[in-house]
Amino acid sequence: MSLVEDHDFGTPAVKSAVTVSLTIDGNTVSVPAGTSIMRAAAEMGTSVPKLCATDSVKAFGSCRLCLVEVEGRAGTPASCTTPVAEGMVVRTQTERLKRLRKGVMELYISDHPLDCLTCGANGDCELQDMAGAVGLREVRYGYEGESHTKLEKDQSNPYFDYDPSKCIVCSRCVRACEETQGTFALTIEGRGFDSRVSPGAHEDFLSSECVSCGACVQACPTATLIEKSVVEIGQPEHSVVTTCAYCGVGCSFKAEMRGDELVRMVPWKDGKANRGHSCVKGRFAWGYATHKDRILKPMIREKIADPWTEVTWDEAFAHVASEFRRIQGQYGKDAIGGITSSRCTNEETYLVQKMIRAGFGNNNVDTCARVCHSPTGYGLKTAFGTSAGTQDFDSVEETDVVIVIGANPTDGHPVFASRLKKRLRQGARLIVIDPRRTDLVRSPHIKADYHLPLRPGTNVAVVTALAHVIVTEGLVDEKFVRDFCDWSEFEDWAAFVADPRHAPEAVEKLCGVPAAAMRGAARLFATGGNGAIYYGLGVTEHSQGTTTVMAIANLALATGNLGRPGVGVNPLRGQNNVQGSCDMGSFPHEFPGYRHVSDDATREIFEKLWGVPLSNEPGLRIPNMFDAALDGSFKGLYVQGEDIVQSDPDTHHVTAGLSAMECVVVHDLFLNETANYAHVFLPGSTFLEKDGTFTNAERRINRVRKVMAPKNGLADWEVTQRLAQSLGMAMNYTHPSEIMAEIAATTPSFAGVSYERLEELGSVQWPCNEKAPTGTPIMHIGGFARGKGKFVITEYVPTDEKTGPRFPLLLTTGRILSQYNVGAQTRRTANTAWHPEDLLEIHPHDAENRGLKDGDFVRLQSRAGETTLRATVTDRVAPGVVYTTFHHPETQANVITTDYSDWATNCPEYKVTAVQVAPSNGPSEWQEHYRDHAAQSRRIKAAE
Amino acid sequence: MQAEKLVRMANQIAAFFKVQGNDAPADIADHLVKFWDPRMRRAILAHVAAGGEGLDPMALEAVRRLPPPAA
Repeated sequence: MSLVEDHDFGTPAVKSAVTVSLTIDGNTVSVPAGTSIMRAAAEMGTSVPKLCATDSVKAFGSCRLCLVEVEGRAGTPASCTTPVAEGMVVRTQTERLKRLRKGVMELYISDHPLDCLTCGANGDCELQDMAGAVGLREVRYGYEGESHTKLEKDQSNPYFDYDPSKCIVCSRCVRACEETQGTFALTIEGRGFDSRVSPGAHEDFLSSECVSCGACVQACPTATLIEKSVVEIGQPEHSVVTTCAYCGVGCSFKAEMRGDELVRMVPWKDGKANRGHSCVKGRFAWGYATHKDRILKPMIREKIADPWTEVTWDEAFAHVASEFRRIQGQYGKDAIGGITSSRCTNEETYLVQKMIRAGFGNNNVDTCARVCHSPTGYGLKTAFGTSAGTQDFDSVEETDVVIVIGANPTDGHPVFASRLKKRLRQGARLIVIDPRRTDLVRSPHIKADYHLPLRPGTNVAVVTALAHVIVTEGLVDEKFVRDFCDWSEFEDWAAFVADPRHAPEAVEKLCGVPAAAMRGAARLFATGGNGAIYYGLGVTEHSQGTTTVMAIANLALATGNLGRPGVGVNPLRGQNNVQGSCDMGSFPHEFPGYRHVSDDATREIFEKLWGVPLSNEPGLRIPNMFDAALDGSFKGLYVQGEDIVQSDPDTHHVTAGLSAMECVVVHDLFLNETANYAHVFLPGSTFLEKDGTFTNAERRINRVRKVMAPKNGLADWEVTQRLAQSLGMAMNYTHPSEIMAEIAATTPSFAGVSYERLEELGSVQWPCNEKAPTGTPIMHIGGFARGKGKFVITEYVPTDEKTGPRFPLLLTTGRILSQYNVGAQTRRTANTAWHPEDLLEIHPHDAENRGLKDGDFVRLQSRAGETTLRATVTDRVAPGVVYTTFHHPETQANVITTDYSDWATNCPEYKVTAVQVAPSNGPSEWQEHYRDHAAQSRRIKAAE
Repeated sequence: MQAEKLVRMANQIAAFFKVQGNDAPADIADHLVKFWDPRMRRAILAHVAAGGEGLDPMALEAVRRLPPPAA
């Protein structure tokens, strides 16, 4: 194995219909018009020396090392900033160029510490490489003059160091921060000799606006910005391309290794989701994989108050099988079930649902998508015929106007946000529909044309009001509707939305958004060119989550914004494999490929293959499992990679349900909060320790590749397989590729997917089958999967969750950039430097009315429960609205959220909870009780 | 299963289907058959047998049309 090298062409690729031919060093090369000489030379196979150029950012022309000679032109132009021309004759190596380049390098090296042998970048330093490339043998200026070599390092960032003494002021980091990441946190401070890279105004990196995405570190040609892990471990010697296990963007990375030790994660340039970019989580927050909290041996106990006892794998599997069979014998076959993980691979998820359907003999399988994007599945399947987003991420490059509704991509999907912001800086227009003023509303060089800060719970009213404007002002794309939709359904819908009660002026009273803003936003979306809608859990996690998804689909249909690049309906999926877990049949009513369990033909496929009769009845969804546990009909649960106690709403109800069960099996990396209610713990493996695939929000199936042996001894698919064997199932896969072969053989939209195809193409977007052998980047071109696009009537129904004298404020929840979901992974990394605790955002008016100051501890109370946390006073939220995250179990925001849910899917209504906030003088009763319970429950008996 | 919760869920489903312009009780019943586990359907049937208190009339009619789930 060796390092996977990304070839650097020096300047970005140019798209042009015109091809230009030129001669470089006697060879002819043809490239798109607008390409730089530097890139043309690189594409031809030679390389011009360079320092300030790299192909991830625009040419800058500052280092003067890439000079070339062009026949018929005076001087020595910089090849990075000089575009090619037809018939141009270029020379990259002449005596004059050698002399000039050597002179430039002498100047650089005269002000650079000569500590190459002990430098962290030794062996991976472009300055060192260029010194070699130009044949530098002496520095005539000496080293005694004034220099920067004694400047102090900034080591404040937990993941990388900034050593200004090694900075050559090439501005690659500054440009990466601007162009790739879009944060504009870095600048060149000072002038002339005093010029240095600076994060903000006299701040260190940690306290600056830097979001620690690492683009600057990757762009740096020297050791000025370098990963601490490289400094500590040394340069990697081989790398493996794999897929990030954080959010649904699904970034491709090179895991760069030294032996079986991970040195660093570097975003892979050929990754089609991320195009060489990353966020702080994917690039840096992988320390949890080797954290001391990981549990590596199976454990069992009789009661949840008992300490754990370590056992062998065989003992653990036999115990679970015996308990599950006992429960089924005593309470019926439907008394057990399982939850698949959206963090595990497709293959692992497939196996869990197979074990439940074929081994447990029921359909009591569900997944975390229940509590996030299940309304997307229902809504988009109804409207278009497919339970998934319509576009690839590249599509955003052709978008003219974007609606972002109920999503905070700069925090939740940061790499997509960077791509979106790039397009916005190019001139695309932006409409943000969100109760909070998210960073997208206003950040450096980004300003939303419209921000509709709606009252939580009124999404349907607002989106239907936008449709009202489009219909009543004659902005419908009638040709699209006539060609691709059912015209009479459209007419019914148009008559519905045209009713005056849906006019912005009427809806303003419900949602609090000025009518003029709604009218303006609707007109912009309908007339602004390619219109794309991106949405998140602020859409789905409502009592009308599914209805809002359908209302969004209506908007796209009415404006003809489907079936081509730059448009579409794009759910931003939360977890790395939440799309895949849904695809793989994790819902209790569906087999893999979204086919209902009552469909005889589908059931027959699996019955034949698995050799057992399968139930034609839907099983329990996660919230129903807790209800059934409390009524005594559900007694056993297998939970793979999901911390339902922390992530699911109404914690009191969840824990009561789990406490009523007789055998809860948690399969995870850590003793998470759910494990506090478990009887069996099966250790899990990280994404670094197994093979498989993840499917991201754009339906892209990406390979996950094992880079080290599982520290617990078994990959997660092997754990499920051994458990299934203990239950008497004949499950004998020897590699995940065999599981994917079974998925392809049974699931039409995956029929063309294989590990060989993934190796060949890098990744593939489903459907991938005979009709689309290389996959489907954009859905519904020339027609919909269901035939005609369906317009659905979306009547606004106010939630039952009402504010009143006891609970006058509305709580909405979300997440933050540095933490992920329940924080089980990120809390075990240095990311806690940015977010050590959950905070409650409260508007200054509401804070003043309650006598609260910034930083005060407050009591947050709803009809479901109460907790305490620190307040942050901010006008990001409107008066009457408070907001918090759910990353820390000590706060446990879900003690507050209720059991209200979406009408179609039971997706919880996390985003609307009536609450009261008051000063606090100590932890809540629940917090004290839970702290004691958790401490008691996590005890492990000493080995004998 | 707690009848009060099932009634609320059934009424939510009814609120969606009754404005769609189709046979709402049939659509509601179809939704219950497709997405509710048999024990949930048995519980709502039992609630209706006991009078069906709190159920929207469309939801009530839908439950009356439900085929009895297999034991």
